[in-house]
Amino acid sequence: MSASQNLRRGEVAIRHLSKSYRLNGTPLPVLRDINLNIRSGETLAIVGASGSGKTTLLRVLAGLEDPDAGEVLIDGKRTRGVGTDRAVIFQEPRLLPWLTVLDNVGFGLETQGLFRGAARERARRYVQLVGLQQFEGAYPRQLSGGMAQRVGIARALAVQPEILLLDEPLGALDAMTKISMQQELARIWRDEDVTTVLVTHDLEEAIYLADRILILPREKGGEPRLIEIGLPRPRDRSAPEFVRHREGLLHLFGLH
Amino acid sequence: MSYEHVNTSLAAGFGLGRAEGHSTAIPAIASRWRALIGFIVARYGLVLGFLAFWQLSSTVGWVNPAVFPPLDVILSALWSGLASGALLDDIAISLQRSGIAFAAAVAIGIPLGLFMGQVRFVEQALDPILQLFRQTSALALYPVFILMLGLGETSKVFVIFWATLFPILLSTIGGVKEVDNKLVEMARTYGAGPLTVFRRVVLPASVPAIFVGLRLSATTALLLLIAAEMIGANKGIGFQVMNAQYNFQIPLMFAAILLLALLGLAANALLVLAQRNLCRWSQPNA
Ligand SMILES: Nc1ncnc2c1ncn2[C@@H]1O[C@H](COP(=O)(O)OP(=O)(O)OP(=O)(O)O)[C@@H](O)[C@H]1O
Ligand SMILES: [Mg+2]
Repeated sequence: MSASQNLRRGEVAIRHLSKSYRLNGTPLPVLRDINLNIRSGETLAIVGASGSGKTTLLRVLAGLEDPDAGEVLIDGKRTRGVGTDRAVIFQEPRLLPWLTVLDNVGFGLETQGLFRGAARERARRYVQLVGLQQFEGAYPRQLSGGMAQRVGIARALAVQPEILLLDEPLGALDAMTKISMQQELARIWRDEDVTTVLVTHDLEEAIYLADRILILPREKGGEPRLIEIGLPRPRDRSAPEFVRHREGLLHLFGLH
Repeated sequence: MSYEHVNTSLAAGFGLGRAEGHSTAIPAIASRWRALIGFIVARYGLVLGFLAFWQLSSTVGWVNPAVFPPLDVILSALWSGLASGALLDDIAISLQRSGIAFAAAVAIGIPLGLFMGQVRFVEQALDPILQLFRQTSALALYPVFILMLGLGETSKVFVIFWATLFPILLSTIGGVKEVDNKLVEMARTYGAGPLTVFRRVVLPASVPAIFVGLRLSATTALLLLIAAEMIGANKGIGFQVMNAQYNFQIPLMFAAILLLALLGLAANALLVLAQRNLCRWSQPNA
């Protein structure tokens, strides 16, 4: 692989993207003419009010929904449907209950052609990465919510995608587990250089993890806004700049 | 620091708990025995009580022993039937009839159900006729099958097959339709095509529902077996029930009934065992 190819890995371009659903026969516009470049290796957070279309945008990026107009380009190539260059981490862990932790993590590797033995071997590394080596042989029903979500994250990382798409992955966790998982994600992303799109409704999470934050407008006519978080890592939630970012965001949502 | 203080006092608390656990080790064994006996009484107490009551009332004469013979008489009738080999033939032919019918129902019902559950328009097209067939008692159709297939083995096997097919078919369809679409979506994002989705997600997710159908079918198979063997048969456990009653060999009649009950229990136990092995992931304490 040449250096120039390496540099372009996981670059996303969203061009004039529009999407509406039909609700009781009438069209419900959700996304209107979105234009955005996501840089290779960066973490982009998407925040916005409930119903502003965050999940819809992520599902279009994943290829699970088709846009009505516009296109998504990955490394310059137009996407058509789902692809193994992207991995999705949903709000629920979506583990297969009949597979052990190890085989769940290896699932994506197997569907992409690895034999079970080889998949397990590689999956083991990622089980360790999320700190679940003791639970390799456990079934999903034996895991706590946070552990299950970590398995889902490991499964996504194991296929070494160019782009990682996360839809409120920590939304269902309690405050303490959430913070420790945020720290864990920050550590993982430092080591695995992967382009990341993180949908969240937690502003602090967005500031803690993201390079940039996309704010989807509340009203359908409004313009999306993009904010650069230039803070050094690891980030300190109580640092004055961090707090200033949070207040700025709250202000944007009219909450201050 | 105050936090560390909390930590040490917690550790002390755990240590205390462990020490207590050790000193109660011997009484724990006794209490486990008590728990086991309690479990047996709770689970089988009523059955044992019922059997004891039967034996008592028959020997004392609360009921007519000619109609309800004591259990020991029934058991010795069963034993002599087995030892002489007379009942063994009946067991063999009954097992053959219900076995062939059940196997055919499994071989057709599961693949068909898996297919119908996946392809919506097929399911929608076939559902009304399935419901109609299911609601029509197989016993009511038995005369039709006899007309079609004669009074021999074929119609007997077919009526059992017919009755066992629907529980398997319908629960398999139900199992496939209830597969969590979110899991299917997840598999697709990892590049799984339709065949892989079926093999890795739909099939394993349907197994518990399929087993519900299998167990229902096994019960139905024995039910229909008896009915089929009561009409135009000269062998089989069901035939023995009728024949013994006709010849007033009441102990033998009860022996045959007991045999049927045991057969049903054995079939169910076998299926439960298979289910345990195949669905270890869904058991709370596996
Ligand atoms: N499958 C669907 N069919 C019809 N309408 C839909 C569908 N999915 C989403 N919508 C509508 O699209 C709009 C945006 O939904 P979306 O799930 O993208 O919001 P969101 O920003 O993720 O909200 P939340 O923060 O609550 O998750 C909502 O008004 C919703 O009603
Ligand atoms: Mg959402």
